Amino acid sequence: MKLAVLGAGDVGRSVTDLAGEYGHDVVALADSSSAVIDPAGIDVERALERKVGGDPVGTADPESVFDADYDVLVEATPTTLDDAEPGFSHVRRALEADRHAVLANKGPVAERYDELRTLAADSRGSIRFEATVGGAIPILSTIEDETPQAVTAVRGVLNGTANFILTRMAAEGLDYEHVLAEAQDLGVAEADPTFDVDGTDAALKFVILANVLADGGFSLSDATVEGIQNIPGSALDLAAEDGRTIRLIGEASREGVRVGPRLVPENGALAVTGTRNIVQIETKHAGSLHNSGRGAGGPETATAVLSDVGRLAEL
Amino acid sequence: MVDDLEETVTETDESGEDEPETDGGVRAYTVRLELVDEPGELLRALEPIANNGGNLLSIHHERGNMTPRGHIPVEVDLESPPDRFDDIVGALRDAGVNVIQAGAEHYGEEISVVLVGQLVESDLSDTLSRIETEIDAVVLDLSLSAPEGTKAVSSARVRLAIDSGRSDEALAAIRAIGSEKELTVVEPLLGGDVP
Repeated sequence: MKLAVLGAGDVGRSVTDLAGEYGHDVVALADSSSAVIDPAGIDVERALERKVGGDPVGTADPESVFDADYDVLVEATPTTLDDAEPGFSHVRRALEADRHAVLANKGPVAERYDELRTLAADSRGSIRFEATVGGAIPILSTIEDETPQAVTAVRGVLNGTANFILTRMAAEGLDYEHVLAEAQDLGVAEADPTFDVDGTDAALKFVILANVLADGGFSLSDATVEGIQNIPGSALDLAAEDGRTIRLIGEASREGVRVGPRLVPENGALAVTGTRNIVQIETKHAGSLHNSGRGAGGPETATAVLSDVGRLAEL
Repeated sequence: MVDDLEETVTETDESGEDEPETDGGVRAYTVRLELVDEPGELLRALEPIANNGGNLLSIHHERGNMTPRGHIPVEVDLESPPDRFDDIVGALRDAGVNVIQAGAEHYGEEISVVLVGQLVESDLSDTLSRIETEIDAVVLDLSLSAPEGTKAVSSARVRLAIDSGRSDEALAAIRAIGSEKELTVVEPLLGGDVP
């Protein structure tokens, strides 16, 4: 497949870097200010060097990517809320041109799922978005294999930063502010960790899951979301006395989406430690399945994008 | 009327023969009834239980406590094989007894929640007594942790006994009390394989 990659952050760069290993060619790579386009496949190494060195990825206008001869548009620009632009328009343009779109950007799938489905239905292309939920962990493809109708709910931990903070607080008896500063030093938390600790990031993923289970109808505003900022070390101590711990847990079902700090058994499956993610997929006929692994990171998320590309039909 | 009764009896006998014998396993159930305040009503309400294989454990007959409709609430704890319980409830209803709630074991389930916030300032004992009355729960134990003193943010773990099958309802009520008092409520995760 010929890939056009929009977004040259960790995920976009990793997709570009790994595409060859998966048997695909990158014919275009763009960030918000410039693009490199080559119908025979771009010089990946040089483009990535330029980007990492702080230079423009190429000399072309990002707009010209849409005129390139590509099969799959990879949408890896930063997640935006509400109208989910410019990501949504990027996907719309690909579908209207009868190309496939694979998203790593959560915004369009969480905020405008029904519109995306309508666009995909009218296109010869299709959309896939495994990378938007749980990085490297195959969650949406597991649900697809089980069939969404046979899945009653999905619960679990889908934000590594919040999970890291709660794990460290419980293990070291430290308070929230202290552990957050440590996480920022380690690069686990961003300089502005708001969306991770207030539950928004996890909520977007569970909204996407609810959309898959219910075939649409949900956006972030439908989710009940609570963060971990108000959890003191003393709450984790009390939980531990009772053989439990506190994790930022999300729940998605056809009835709705909820994210908040919850008590879970300390040695239970959902109490993963550090930045690890896990989901429990509750099925009608086969009990619960647990998928766990790395929920973020460039190469990890890129593997989910490239698995999606591998599942697409030839146009 | 007489014909009806005979028919009912015959049916019960037939279905009794077809039913596999239970292995003697019994479960405890609570049935809440509302009785008309007339002589003999209580006995009339208890007969269908005994006649259908239920074993009476205790009866709470609150004569002084009338419902708005002027009925007397009665709470009956009983044991029966699980597969006979529906017959008992059916027989009560057939006998014209008003069954308010059936099946949930009284205080048959335990849940723990952690409350976080200005617990002392927001009157912890009032919080607990409201939880007890609003969701009909019993506080089994309470652990308080206030490492920075009772005027700062503190945490409390509360273990509650509630009626089985009513945990969602109970947690919703605790959430409402928490948000009113500006407390963070850390609820247990229920459902799925999570114990």
